[in-house]
Amino acid sequence: MAPNVLRYLLVMLAILLPLQANAVLKIEITGGSATALPIAIVPFGSEGYAAPENVSDIISNDLASSGRFAPVEKRDLISQPHESQQVNFADWRLLRSEGLLIGKVSSQDGENYQVQFQLFDVYKAEQLVGKRYNVPASGLRNLAHQIADIVYETLTGEKGVFATRLAFVTEMKNADGSKRFALQVSDADGANPRTVLQSTQPIMSPNWAPDGEQLTYVTFENSKAEVYVQQLSSGRRNSVASFKGLNSAPAWSPDGKKLALTLSKNGNPEIYVLELATGNLSRVTHNSGAIDTEAVWMPNGREILFTSDRGGRPQIYRVDAEGGRAERVTFEGGYNASADISPDGRTMAMVHAVNGRFHIAIQDLQTGAVQVLTDTTADESPSFAPNGRMILYATEQKGRGILAAVSVDGRIKQRLGESGSAVREPAWSPFRR
Amino acid sequence: MKYFKLFALILPMFMLAACSSSPNRDYEGDVAVEDLSAESSGVRGQGANGEDMGAETQVVVGEDSYAAGEWNNPSSPLYNRVVYFEYDSDTVRSEDQETLRAHGAYLAKNPNLTVRLEGHTDERGSREYNLALGERRALSVRQILMLQGASIDQFQVTSFGEERPAADGSDDYSWSQNRRVEIRYLGR
Repeated sequence: MAPNVLRYLLVMLAILLPLQANAVLKIEITGGSATALPIAIVPFGSEGYAAPENVSDIISNDLASSGRFAPVEKRDLISQPHESQQVNFADWRLLRSEGLLIGKVSSQDGENYQVQFQLFDVYKAEQLVGKRYNVPASGLRNLAHQIADIVYETLTGEKGVFATRLAFVTEMKNADGSKRFALQVSDADGANPRTVLQSTQPIMSPNWAPDGEQLTYVTFENSKAEVYVQQLSSGRRNSVASFKGLNSAPAWSPDGKKLALTLSKNGNPEIYVLELATGNLSRVTHNSGAIDTEAVWMPNGREILFTSDRGGRPQIYRVDAEGGRAERVTFEGGYNASADISPDGRTMAMVHAVNGRFHIAIQDLQTGAVQVLTDTTADESPSFAPNGRMILYATEQKGRGILAAVSVDGRIKQRLGESGSAVREPAWSPFRR
Repeated sequence: MKYFKLFALILPMFMLAACSSSPNRDYEGDVAVEDLSAESSGVRGQGANGEDMGAETQVVVGEDSYAAGEWNNPSSPLYNRVVYFEYDSDTVRSEDQETLRAHGAYLAKNPNLTVRLEGHTDERGSREYNLALGERRALSVRQILMLQGASIDQFQVTSFGEERPAADGSDDYSWSQNRRVEIRYLGR
């Protein structure tokens, strides 16, 4: 009793500890797209108190990092308009950029900021979208990501993911050689990482609730793999699976009510579905000779993809979430594992090994066509962006774990560089509701 | 001995405690992971350095002092408490059979002793698959130990997958050191 209370307090302390030495993840684009759309982003005007964040720079970085936009160099900007009456469209046409973004940031008190922006179609000489916001200083960065999303969606017709978040696990070595692990959540550009859980024991397999407000993950804090659910705003966490044997690979159902997970309580790793409200457990797979793990829900919420070695080597299978016969999905290559599914349910991302090299690949679930997207060799844990455009994954650089992302067409590659700790097990959040 | 039991009680309380730069917390962290840091730092009881050290010497064995003596005697088959595996395999190698037979017979003779079998894998491939593979390895070891007459109640089986490597490198040698099952005596 007493030790439990004390442990709970320590856990809370761990969660609430001020962040320290959190190096910032930085996106570097390692491959680009020849079809990047030029866009002129004029540095936003400033009135009154200066803003603690450079809103237009954040927007520009977001759009450039997507690989789909080529912001015009600042020195090439013809003029610096901040309001529509200052814009001379004839001048801007010379730059051959179709889009022009202007705006301004003002504050009377240095605490609350008014931000406005306007996006123009330069050739038609008309405003495509314009908005004004009031935010506290602490909300400026997120607002900048939201504006980038609006610009992205207006010009591409697809939803942007700049205001979403990433969850991942970091590992740091102490001076005495022991390790410490953290579950972190950052902005989608890797900035602003905050630790939501610290442990001296490994943490694995973070997975977002569809509401984006909770994470489920695996920890070894009780010397064995157990599944927890944690509310991000409060830090409140519950153990949801601590049966004998493995408790791992949790995956939230699309309706947010259930977790698919791997349990070996009956002697062998099998897929189960846990109803969170009731604790009801139903078994999905029955294959006592094989490892069945890494469940992921199809967006329809009726089927589950999972990894199994029932055929000898790990391959991906599909099964009805209520149970029944599993059908094999992957046939190309001797090793396919760690499936994730695009939001439209058409494309599966996976780890695909060729001659002992582990790459990220996608498979069209209709045609079965497989495309290998990466040429690095220790790739793991693919996770789709909520717009299905990019796949985030873990890889290695100079022997250290880093995160990278690749577009589903393979043309855009990003690397999220970070210093100080190894990073892995990425999970891209859903859209904010 | 009481001392150690108190220690065991306190131990899990710190497992989650975050390490910070405060000396006090560091101290707690060290105490807490005493048993575990030896593993994560790659220091092996029977590893390349040839010394038995760290966690193994502090294991609680009740009143059975004979055990500690055997484990520290390099010529005893019980001295070796790690067995290794081939890539993606859970088959115990023939050269490890003798070690496991000795532990199985010892456990059969000392039914009051329990052991934790910790399965580990190398870093290649899916982490979740490796977690399951580590468990499978530990179960293979348990099966052989039980063939010698040890009872199923004497075992705790756990897997750390690739999460707690014995060697940190990404090369054949490190991988061979990481594909392992560790036998940890827990006492009565």
